[in-house]
Amino acid sequence: MRTIKELISEHPFFKGLDEQYLDVIAACAHNVRFLAGEYVIREGGEANEFYLIRHGKISLEAFLPGQGAITIQTIQEGDVLGWSWLFAPYRWHFDARAVELTRAIAFDGRCLREKSEEDKALGYELMKRFSYIMVQRLQATRLQLLDVYGVKA
Amino acid sequence: MIPTPTMDMKQTVDVKQTVDPMVPHWYRVTRRHKENADTFTLELAPADGSGLAGFAPGQFNMLYVPGVGEAPISISGNPEEPEQILHTTRAVGTVTKAMARLGKGDVIGVRGPFGNSWPVAAAAGYDVVIVAGGIGLAPLRPAIYQILDHREQYGKVVLLYGARTQEEILFRKEIAEWRSRFDVSVGVTVDRATGNWHGNVGVVTTLIPRAPFDPSETIAMVCGPEIMMRFTVKELRQRGITDDRIYLSMERNMKCAVGFCGHCQFGPKFICRDGPIFSFDQIRPFFGMREV
Repeated sequence: MRTIKELISEHPFFKGLDEQYLDVIAACAHNVRFLAGEYVIREGGEANEFYLIRHGKISLEAFLPGQGAITIQTIQEGDVLGWSWLFAPYRWHFDARAVELTRAIAFDGRCLREKSEEDKALGYELMKRFSYIMVQRLQATRLQLLDVYGVKA
Repeated sequence: MIPTPTMDMKQTVDVKQTVDPMVPHWYRVTRRHKENADTFTLELAPADGSGLAGFAPGQFNMLYVPGVGEAPISISGNPEEPEQILHTTRAVGTVTKAMARLGKGDVIGVRGPFGNSWPVAAAAGYDVVIVAGGIGLAPLRPAIYQILDHREQYGKVVLLYGARTQEEILFRKEIAEWRSRFDVSVGVTVDRATGNWHGNVGVVTTLIPRAPFDPSETIAMVCGPEIMMRFTVKELRQRGITDDRIYLSMERNMKCAVGFCGHCQFGPKFICRDGPIFSFDQIRPFFGMREV
């Protein structure tokens, strides 16, 4: 069976991370599994984790009164879910629900925040990786907002 | 010998061209199929009972609704099934809205086929990634048919398709068939979804990073709104596909279809005559420019 550290090192999000940091990060991580339909995070809830998706698919949802849950984005194998653990007040902004059986590695955000305070280089490394994901998601959302397939004529 | 992608991508077909390319032939609508709320497919046959013209995947015809006008419409059927000629379009302008009202037995003028084709033959020996957005799947469908008819000649075949909503997904039945094959990888995503959609949500470009193809041995064929193609090219290049192996269908402003009127001039090229399909290295200096 592969160790958490091995699983983390193979995930695209932590590709190329220094060995010393892998040990630190692995100490704050554990394996999790979500069944189809199960909520991973709930809007407004305490944001003290993030997840590396190893298998499966998660939908990021917003609840609109009268319309129900609207899926904003799906996140799957190779992706990372959750960055609200990085910023006060550490609350989730959306719901996230497993669309199908999903396996992930969960990271304790409080543990990583503490370790990042102790070692700023680790904090910077994490910030760089999350910033890249945030920019990618922002660009994708902008493209979605453009409604490029809508009728223009 | 497997052709290389540097060879001339234009494929010659046995085309029954009109003597004067500006004069339409008369065809009858033999069937009209509603694809979704505003998109439909017309199946046409020559009104005089003569044989159908052949076409290459990616080519288009100018369809003329008498008394209304003419519009360039991509051919969406199978080039290897010449007994039917299909055009899929969306009812958005005066001409296409008039086309949407046509029914079985109605007459329509057809000029063509015009333009070059997708590099289906030149892609033999390579992985093929097809990226389509919205109605952009229609001009790619003939290429998909041809590739799947000769599946053994290609490496991995990947279709990535993005639509606005699940209701607007084109050719649902065929996408399901392609998906059920073991030799094609199909990814579909929509921009918006409600609870009964269990597929991907997000723009089509988000499917590219994890798509199963070898970038150094891949030819990409892309069709959709220009802005979608712009972001798609960026992702394909980021995966490592070189510009000479990324092909785009640039269908805009075509009026005469034979390079006379100049409406579709795109830098030094006329889209109707030199395209509509270009490798990205051919059009890179003009691609994304606000006015060309």
